[in-house]
Amino acid sequence: MTTEKDRSMALQKEMIAGHFHALSKAGESKKKVVYTFVPGNLTELLHAFDVLPLYPEINALQSGMRKRSGGFITEAEKLGHSEDVCAYVKSDIGMLKAGNIGPTGEKLPEPDLLLLSYTGCFTFLKWFELLKRQYNCPIAMLHVPYQGDGSFTPEMRDYVVSQLKTEIIPKLEEVTGTKYDEDKLRAALRLSAKAEDDLVTVLESAKTKPSPIDAYFGGVYYIGPMFTAFRGTPAAVEYYQTLKEEVFARAAKGLGPVTPDGPMGAEKYRLVVEGPPNWTSFQELWKMFYDQGAVVVASTYTKVGGLYDMGFRHDPDHPLETLADYCAGCYTNLSLPQRIDLIEKYVHEYQADGLLVNSVKSCNSFSSGQLLILREIERRTGCAAGFIETDLVDPRYFSAANVMNRIESYLQMIEQRRRGAAPAKVERHLPVLGSEGSLP
Amino acid sequence: MKTYLGIDLGSTTTKAVLLDENAHVLGRGITNSRSNYDLAADIARDEAFIGARFALIERDLTSFSDAESAGRFKKRLLHSFRRQQQLSQVQKLREEAEKEAKNPRFGSNAPKVAARLQTIFDTMEDQVKKPRLTGGKKSDFFRDQASSDYSRLAEQLASGDVSFEDLMSVFDKAIIAVENERMDLTFEGNIRAALSQSLENEADSIKAGLTEVVTKASSTPIEAVKSIGTGYGRQRLPFPKENIRSEILCHGLGAHVIFPNTATVLDIGGQDTKAIQVDQNGIVTSFQMNDRCAAGCGRYLGYIADEMNLGVHELGPMALTSQRHVKINSTCTVFAGAELRDRLTMGQRREDILAGLHRAIILRAMALLARSGGISNEFTFTGGVANNAAAVLALRKLVEENYGDRTINISPDSIYTGALGAALFARRAAQAESV
Amino acid sequence: MTPEQIAEKADALYHDLDLGRVKQFRDEHPGAKVIGYLPIYAPREVVDAAGMLPVGITGGRGQIEIIRGDAYFQSYICQIPRSTIELALSGRFQLIDGFLFPSTCDVIRNLSGMWRVLFPEKYVRYVDVPQNFDPKVGGKFFRGELGHLRDDLAKLGGRPVTDDDLRRSIVKYNENRSAVSDLFALRNAAPWRALALESYLVLFAGNVLPVEEHTTLIRDYIAAVNASDRPMRDNARVVTIGSFCEQPPLGLIKTLEMAGCYIVWDDMTLSKRWLTQEISTEGDPLTAIAEAFLTHSHSNAVLYEPRREKGDALMDIVRRTKAEGVVFAAPSFCDPALLEQPMLTEALDREQIPWTAFKYSENLGQFQVIREQAGTFADSIKLWSPA
Repeated sequence: MTTEKDRSMALQKEMIAGHFHALSKAGESKKKVVYTFVPGNLTELLHAFDVLPLYPEINALQSGMRKRSGGFITEAEKLGHSEDVCAYVKSDIGMLKAGNIGPTGEKLPEPDLLLLSYTGCFTFLKWFELLKRQYNCPIAMLHVPYQGDGSFTPEMRDYVVSQLKTEIIPKLEEVTGTKYDEDKLRAALRLSAKAEDDLVTVLESAKTKPSPIDAYFGGVYYIGPMFTAFRGTPAAVEYYQTLKEEVFARAAKGLGPVTPDGPMGAEKYRLVVEGPPNWTSFQELWKMFYDQGAVVVASTYTKVGGLYDMGFRHDPDHPLETLADYCAGCYTNLSLPQRIDLIEKYVHEYQADGLLVNSVKSCNSFSSGQLLILREIERRTGCAAGFIETDLVDPRYFSAANVMNRIESYLQMIEQRRRGAAPAKVERHLPVLGSEGSLP
Repeated sequence: MKTYLGIDLGSTTTKAVLLDENAHVLGRGITNSRSNYDLAADIARDEAFIGARFALIERDLTSFSDAESAGRFKKRLLHSFRRQQQLSQVQKLREEAEKEAKNPRFGSNAPKVAARLQTIFDTMEDQVKKPRLTGGKKSDFFRDQASSDYSRLAEQLASGDVSFEDLMSVFDKAIIAVENERMDLTFEGNIRAALSQSLENEADSIKAGLTEVVTKASSTPIEAVKSIGTGYGRQRLPFPKENIRSEILCHGLGAHVIFPNTATVLDIGGQDTKAIQVDQNGIVTSFQMNDRCAAGCGRYLGYIADEMNLGVHELGPMALTSQRHVKINSTCTVFAGAELRDRLTMGQRREDILAGLHRAIILRAMALLARSGGISNEFTFTGGVANNAAAVLALRKLVEENYGDRTINISPDSIYTGALGAALFARRAAQAESV
Repeated sequence: MTPEQIAEKADALYHDLDLGRVKQFRDEHPGAKVIGYLPIYAPREVVDAAGMLPVGITGGRGQIEIIRGDAYFQSYICQIPRSTIELALSGRFQLIDGFLFPSTCDVIRNLSGMWRVLFPEKYVRYVDVPQNFDPKVGGKFFRGELGHLRDDLAKLGGRPVTDDDLRRSIVKYNENRSAVSDLFALRNAAPWRALALESYLVLFAGNVLPVEEHTTLIRDYIAAVNASDRPMRDNARVVTIGSFCEQPPLGLIKTLEMAGCYIVWDDMTLSKRWLTQEISTEGDPLTAIAEAFLTHSHSNAVLYEPRREKGDALMDIVRRTKAEGVVFAAPSFCDPALLEQPMLTEALDREQIPWTAFKYSENLGQFQVIREQAGTFADSIKLWSPA
């Protein structure tokens, strides 16, 4: 690993550790804590109120990476939660029952407000309804309309803005005891836009060959600060500048992505990946890719917190409207035809060999319809499409042999197709022996 | 001569196919998979080489002047060879069983157990030595043959202090030891004895000629210049990574070679079901597999057979006698037993339930086929379940209903499809390397 | 007619996957369009006002083998989208010109986009209902959505949809609502006479019948039941919940009744009785529909509940119907119903209301386990209830 790489990683580690530490000390510092979700989060607004955001999704995925989620899920199922439903929710509830110890080993504070910004997934609604019964705190609900016909209309924007004005902001004012300060929000939005520019540069670096980044397994780290507590802060601006420089340096040297096993070997396959990662076997899954020379050049999961690469930037001149547009534009709030168009664009622009879908059991918002997406992409691009099935954090739904079988077959299929239509001429006939190979 | 070897390490059986330079099949072998993967692969490979040697003998015998004698000799040689192999296996089994009979759990009964084992194995050895008259053997695998012979004898001999279960427990231990230990079952190790036995009744005038043919075939160097492994357990094959191919690709290519017009392949194996689309060169263009559970796969039929106390091979024929349509929606292996018992309690007939189950399995396969891009002409069905007539019947009906007229290919050798594809990849890889 | 005869008529409609009744409508009304809607809530009044027949899409009712439908969905997704696609691809929706996909869950939501890709010639609209219940916020938004729907349908039908058209339709549906609530009152008063299976079929008929005709059917059934004499059995009074989208097979309802349960309330046909009260006929009709949604919707798993605790509404129903127990019957993999369930059971436990739970799918063919479970449940209620 290069030292430049270490710098952005170290920065991110520090940021996260600092944030969780601040959360653990929220009682002493008298800071208010708001639980909220990643897709369509209102982080800048939360900064304007000087509250600490906490993302149960992130806790759940961290539990998955630390191999704790399996136990948490079993606990939740014992309490009556169905085996059929989202494992993030069950992991979160199991963790709560086990004392709510966060990923850094420090106890997480209880929420002063549950900010249910409801974007692109119905389960969020049920999740906070469930949490509400655990914590006696207010809940603020933001309903973001779905882009059913592929557009976010002015009426929809008005609807979200009026909810911000009549529901979200008043509740934040009530909980924090401070007045809404629009200038503070604008300042945060300005910082967001700056970091967003750099994030896009990083993601688009994958257009070069070989790609200096893995836009899925590496990508989830790159989006971390942007999608969570740090958007709209100077720390995020610094992080993305550093990251951008590192990626540029690698690209200039013609180097590929850095993996947990060190620099990746030669780039053999360029893939677009649709669907969230599996967190319980994250490294194992990544290894199945890089061991075979497969690099992910674009992914949809890294757009759940915004489609910055399609041009969206937070706009300090229209603070509430921009928050509405942001929420509505997150990947899981797009209609299926929009998702297909986006993936098709990625396949072309990133010169990918094909699309690989990771279908996770937990997330119907992502998964339902993926087989049609797959078929459409095959039809439109003529590229090979592959399909694997795992889960977010339920280890029972990760079968390494099954996944490996499919990835290997998929990559070999690309390889075969690349070699073209002229295989060695084979003399065709039935295998002739056998009848005499055994006793009568 | 240069040959190319393909090995398909499946969840229930391991197959090997050996090709010559012109992609002719020289030999093939099959054995049941077991905990020792290397050994299973070796046995299948040895069998394929045995096939190749016999193919050479057969070729040279065609130029033999006395055609009738040559034909008779060929048969005798093969029978003697197989007997030789079986005898070593039975003797090994006896050795292991005798060891097991000394297990302290038999206490003072040990001598009685040993006595019964002696009778059983004497009879089994006799049976091997004498040409067998009974036909209709259900399996080629030593495990199955031995198990059926042994249990029949154990049933007759069980009495008093030594129960049938006692005797079977000895067998169960011993057979595992036999299966997981390396024994010489190769051509080289057994052909000499087989030759001398089969020459016994031949006229002196031709003995020398026949011996020469066998000697020549034995000494022809056969070298597998390239081996490619595939199948469920392929990662455990002692092959370098670049010599491992996905089973999907191997099945696609193998099916294409057996039936050159193949466009769609369905493979239902023990652990998984695959729907594969191939182009006119046998190259896979898309595929779909079942998810992590084995619902609707061959293994599911195994559970059902166990639950009904039947052999897997008996399910299909029984289902074919069904008169009434029973709809079954779940092919979940976990619930198979409970659902079956429920239905039997409700008075549904076994054959009707079985017919419904076969249809349910094929329905799941139809979904995978649709996912992979449908069924184009021609359609080739492979894997263990392709040997099941009830499954084939259900498939024909559903294909007709949903896709209309399609040519459905099923090869009696379909179980070798994956190994054949692997051998072709081996040949291709070797050719590419030599260029 | 006897209740049995009326139920038989409804049963024929239930089993007709080829939509013969819809064909009849089209023959009787040349040029009139047909609009399908998926569960749960769709503003049927607007469709009717446009002179179109709203048709409830309710899955395969366990009657079709799923082949093409399974090709689009992984094993962990419920049955209804599979059978819906199967029905469409097998040509059974040819008589339907447009489809409304309500915001019920992520699966139905994504199905709307799949429909656009698979059937580009059909009209498709995603009906986003508000989760904000402030008339000036959520109400205004929903009024706007309804306006778009009205405009779309006017364009599709080639004639404007006037406020008077809307008011007339509102009246028709108000009459239907009143008949439905009378039927539920009757079931509650005398569940041994208005049998759950029969009333289910009668309500289900509303998926294909024009609304006036459906109202008449319900009224006829009520009259027939009142005129009939059926023996009262010592069954347990139960509420069933969780079946609001993918429908249970008839065998399941039958099994519950045979196992000793009187179903005095259920949410199986929620899409036919989403609103608990009438829609006002005063003022702007679309505003009236929107406001009725905000204030008179049945409490439900897919609806955010800002004003009350989850479980309160269920307890109200249990008290009002004098139910002795609750049966959770949710489709496998139904996110809303299954995520909601722990909140409801908690409320029931607090009030010491017995409950039992199982999952089904619309093509379930085996009821043995459910029969035993429901039988034991009913017996235990009888055993422990004060004599």
